Amino acid sequence: MSRRWLTRLPLIAGLVFLYLPMLVLVIYSFNDSRLVTVWAGFSTRWYAELLRDRQLMDAVVLSLSVGTLAATAATLLGTLAAMALTRCGRFRGRGLLGAMIAAPLVMPEIITGLSLLLLFVAMGQWLGWPAQRGSVTIWIAHVSFCTAYATVVVAARLSVLDTRIEEAAMDLGATPRRVFFSITLPMIAPALVAAWLLAFTLSLDDLVIASFVSGPGASTLPIVVFSSVRLGVSPKINALASLMILLVTIGALTAWWWAGRSRRRQ
Amino acid sequence: MTDLVRLSRKARLWIIAAPFFWLGIFFLLPFGIVLKISFSEALLAVPPYTEILSQAADGWHLQATLANYRFLFTDNLYVLAFLNSLKIAAISTFICLCIAYPVALGAARASPRTRNLLLLLIVLPSWTSFLIRVYAWVGILGTNGHLNQLLLSLGLINSPLVILRTDLAIYIGIVYTYLPFMVLPLYASLSRLDWRLVEAAADLGARPWRCLVNIVLPLSRPGIVAGCLLVFIPATGEFVIPELLGGPDTLMLGKLIWQEFFSNRDWPLAAAVSMLLLILLLAPIAVYARAQGPGTGAVAATALRPGDRGGAP
Repeated sequence: MSRRWLTRLPLIAGLVFLYLPMLVLVIYSFNDSRLVTVWAGFSTRWYAELLRDRQLMDAVVLSLSVGTLAATAATLLGTLAAMALTRCGRFRGRGLLGAMIAAPLVMPEIITGLSLLLLFVAMGQWLGWPAQRGSVTIWIAHVSFCTAYATVVVAARLSVLDTRIEEAAMDLGATPRRVFFSITLPMIAPALVAAWLLAFTLSLDDLVIASFVSGPGASTLPIVVFSSVRLGVSPKINALASLMILLVTIGALTAWWWAGRSRRRQ
Repeated sequence: MTDLVRLSRKARLWIIAAPFFWLGIFFLLPFGIVLKISFSEALLAVPPYTEILSQAADGWHLQATLANYRFLFTDNLYVLAFLNSLKIAAISTFICLCIAYPVALGAARASPRTRNLLLLLIVLPSWTSFLIRVYAWVGILGTNGHLNQLLLSLGLINSPLVILRTDLAIYIGIVYTYLPFMVLPLYASLSRLDWRLVEAAADLGARPWRCLVNIVLPLSRPGIVAGCLLVFIPATGEFVIPELLGGPDTLMLGKLIWQEFFSNRDWPLAAAVSMLLLILLLAPIAVYARAQGPGTGAVAATALRPGDRGGAP
């Protein structure tokens, strides 16, 4: 009995360490006081003020639209890259492509952000585009680093697929296009969903890269939150954080339940 | 086994070319530009740096300077920032490992049914905003923060502790936010470990501690290496955590690049610091890429999916 607790206790302690700070954040988002750390009764006023904050709401809309478009493009490019790495055999530059997929995963964001900004400035000089930085440049930056993550997720799925099914279809006379759309694509669909969701959360979460490549008037949610948080704690940010935690929890639990159900069905 | 899908030549070309061009232009080319600008001089202009190559009546002129790099190695501030970044990243990686190992061990020894739930619980925080997780500690560690209020009301301290805006707060922030990245690779290698070896050793009279040190630790080495690199590499270039939790005099490279770029508008110097940071991290990145094999970082990304075992099967 004591042996069992010896392995369980650190686990429980670790989970408490992970969740306690967020729990405190959520509890104090219902605090009536402007001073975040002094409890003054239950209230939902900060949630109401959050919805009235135009700057914050504009940032939410921008972040969601950039995230949606970036995740879609990244999943598309990532699927192509994964196909190139797992289904195209050897080709010149395969190693370079692999490196360009692996490097963004561990590259410090600050270097990626700086390098992309310098690229956009140079492009503006040589090509006259982009004349100004804004949502388009943020989208390009997000597509670039999200593609790497999407590729890894899709390639992991592609490499464990039973390729004999694809071969059988081809032997029966299906064209490569037909094989891809009616066999490969349905089988990697869960990985595509996972890749899209991962890219979407990464895009929504990115502060550093977006700060470098954004321009006046294009502030994503993390940029607005960061400029507010820099000045100290604010109950409105607590309310925003609680809503984000709630959304992520619902999303993750749904995905977990869904994955469990489909596993049982198999 | 290669070329299983006999794609038409044109389709194959497109599949390879599209990601190649996108990443070539928006990932590889930018590094060339950073390298180029790191050899130029700062200028009060738009853009604020000198051109290295210029065309005059008598042909092309090359005007590169090593001044930025020379400055970095002679100025105390920058040398200190380099050393401090490495120190903070190394210490937090070690603390992370010490906390994560028992957690991963506990999760790997749990029953298969609770395992997936535990894994989800460990990963879930990393799905919420990074910024929010760092922000949570601002409210806890401040002079009037929750921690100080708790300790004061319990009578354990007489005056508030100063934690926020010190290096201690940075350590707490890094350990907290990067903990899942350490737990997952550890869990991946611990759950694949053949526990019959441990049972055999125990049957032969080995004490639990001895089993851990002589069997479990060596066999989970790949997980330890992957986890440490996944924490160490990003922590070295970390900007948000030292900015929000650290003091104004805390020197870290990420913060320095940001300041040179946004506050001092010295783009060439910021580019030079970035190049040095990159060189510094090249060795750990190469080790990481090699350890992950052709799957390239599969642990990092696939582990973020809920319900997944983390890592390649």
